[in-house]
Amino acid sequence: MSLNTDIQKIRKSFPILKQEMNDRPLVYLDNAATTHKPRVVIDAISEYYNNYNSNVHRGVHTLSQKATEAFENSREKVRETINAASAHEIIFTSGATEAINMIAFSYGEKYIGEGDEIIISGLEHHSNIVPWQLVAERKNAHIKVLPVNEKGELILEKLDTLITKKTRIIAVNHISNTLGTINPVKEIIKKAHNHDIPVLVDGAQGIPHLDVDVQDLDVDFYCFSGHKVYGPTGVGVAYGKEKWLSDIPPYKGGGEMINRVTFEKTTYNDLPYKFEAGTPNIAGVIGLHKALEFVESTGKEKIRQIERELLDYATSQLKQIEGLKIYGEATNKTSVISFLINDIHPYDAGTIFDKLGIAIRTGHHCTQPLMDHFKIPGTVRASFAPYNTKKEIDILVEAIKKVKTMFG
Amino acid sequence: MSIQAKQEEIIEEFSMFDDWMDKYNYLIEMGNSLEPLDEQYKTEKYLISGCQSQVWLYAWMEDGKLMIRGDSDAVITKGIVSLLLRVYSGEPPAEVYEDDHSFIDQIGLQEHLSPTRSNGLMSMLKQIKLYALAFKTKQEQKDKNE
Repeated sequence: MSLNTDIQKIRKSFPILKQEMNDRPLVYLDNAATTHKPRVVIDAISEYYNNYNSNVHRGVHTLSQKATEAFENSREKVRETINAASAHEIIFTSGATEAINMIAFSYGEKYIGEGDEIIISGLEHHSNIVPWQLVAERKNAHIKVLPVNEKGELILEKLDTLITKKTRIIAVNHISNTLGTINPVKEIIKKAHNHDIPVLVDGAQGIPHLDVDVQDLDVDFYCFSGHKVYGPTGVGVAYGKEKWLSDIPPYKGGGEMINRVTFEKTTYNDLPYKFEAGTPNIAGVIGLHKALEFVESTGKEKIRQIERELLDYATSQLKQIEGLKIYGEATNKTSVISFLINDIHPYDAGTIFDKLGIAIRTGHHCTQPLMDHFKIPGTVRASFAPYNTKKEIDILVEAIKKVKTMFG
Repeated sequence: MSIQAKQEEIIEEFSMFDDWMDKYNYLIEMGNSLEPLDEQYKTEKYLISGCQSQVWLYAWMEDGKLMIRGDSDAVITKGIVSLLLRVYSGEPPAEVYEDDHSFIDQIGLQEHLSPTRSNGLMSMLKQIKLYALAFKTKQEQKDKNE
């Protein structure tokens, strides 16, 4: 089958893509911010509310059991998708941000003390920076940063000099949301483990594009969001090795996370419930299951193949535009292109793109330190999903030319 | 010219544009011809928060009138700054404070008013009103004391 046939087949699963924006067909190139939802995901959520809405893990009644079964089946699906050793290593959260906050807090409470060090990278999203700063502030610990080269790749050799006896954890993203750089997390984990240091990987951008095998990576914590992998918003996952999750204290207190409560002392429930206080986002968790099934049936290999072709095509087209500079030219990168056109402010460009029906991201992409590194206020970022077409890239190219004329 | 008259003039100018492209080209033109703000005012103190582009607004009083200068690093935003200065700079602070800025709607820029839009037209208006209120109060105090 040709590339376009594959794309059209995938595209049909996404009802939102049929609409027009500002009287033009919607061109959605903001997939790194959130992906659209296939019909199966939308239907699963609606079916839950229509037919078996009920609280999980509590009632003995049939509806509650049905909801609980669907909820736990999703946990098993997540386990299978990332090849975790056990389903109770999968903690449902509201998203990658909450997942990272949870681990940073709980791990930090137990293992980070005064004068200790946390290593993060220069490519991080604010959600893998600020939670660590909060821990560092609380504990009087320090943050050290693994630097980035001009191509937007991590300078891995520097890690050896950053690691000291005081390093307590390394937190790094799998893929940079701003530049698309795929980071060598396996090597980072190996280096860290040589010094008995655990590693947290922010997989928000990793999950939609890569095959993630947490056991093969030997990663200690892996966090991601449902909505970036065709699932609903408000649901995410914190994977942690059992040895860590059993060991670190809970993050939130409330219902469901307890074993026995008295006013004197509370004992905590077993994993994963110890970290899942309160009624979870049941519909979201059920939707996530369908999203992961959708990715599986589409095929990650197929998704990557389409995205690679789109990225190569877009890169070659954009490079022909005089005055356009691409930020992030890592050898190993995913379907994200960040760029600036001459000295046109990304906000100006974005305003015109919107008028032309193109949904594209402009700004710092929640990576201000990375923007500071390149000494720019922000970029325009196009990010592709397997439902995007070469024609849409042509529309983007024409729009860039229009922007150049308008601000030229 | 009163605030009202200036707004009517702008509404008439914008009514001549057939499509959004012309409107934005006009904003760009205005942005490009905005008198740049003295570098000493491009500081944190005068920076308006809530904008994806940076906007600085500086104000002072002259002969009972509120004088405003502003700038931005993005051209469309500069165009919007220029529109606001044209309407409000040189007017009595009490009148600036009380104006309901309905002309924004009438020239079809209301999409920029939504708080989710990050160009911060809302924040700019708020800052101008704050300046107006501050100078108005100061003037009232002074009048009382005299």
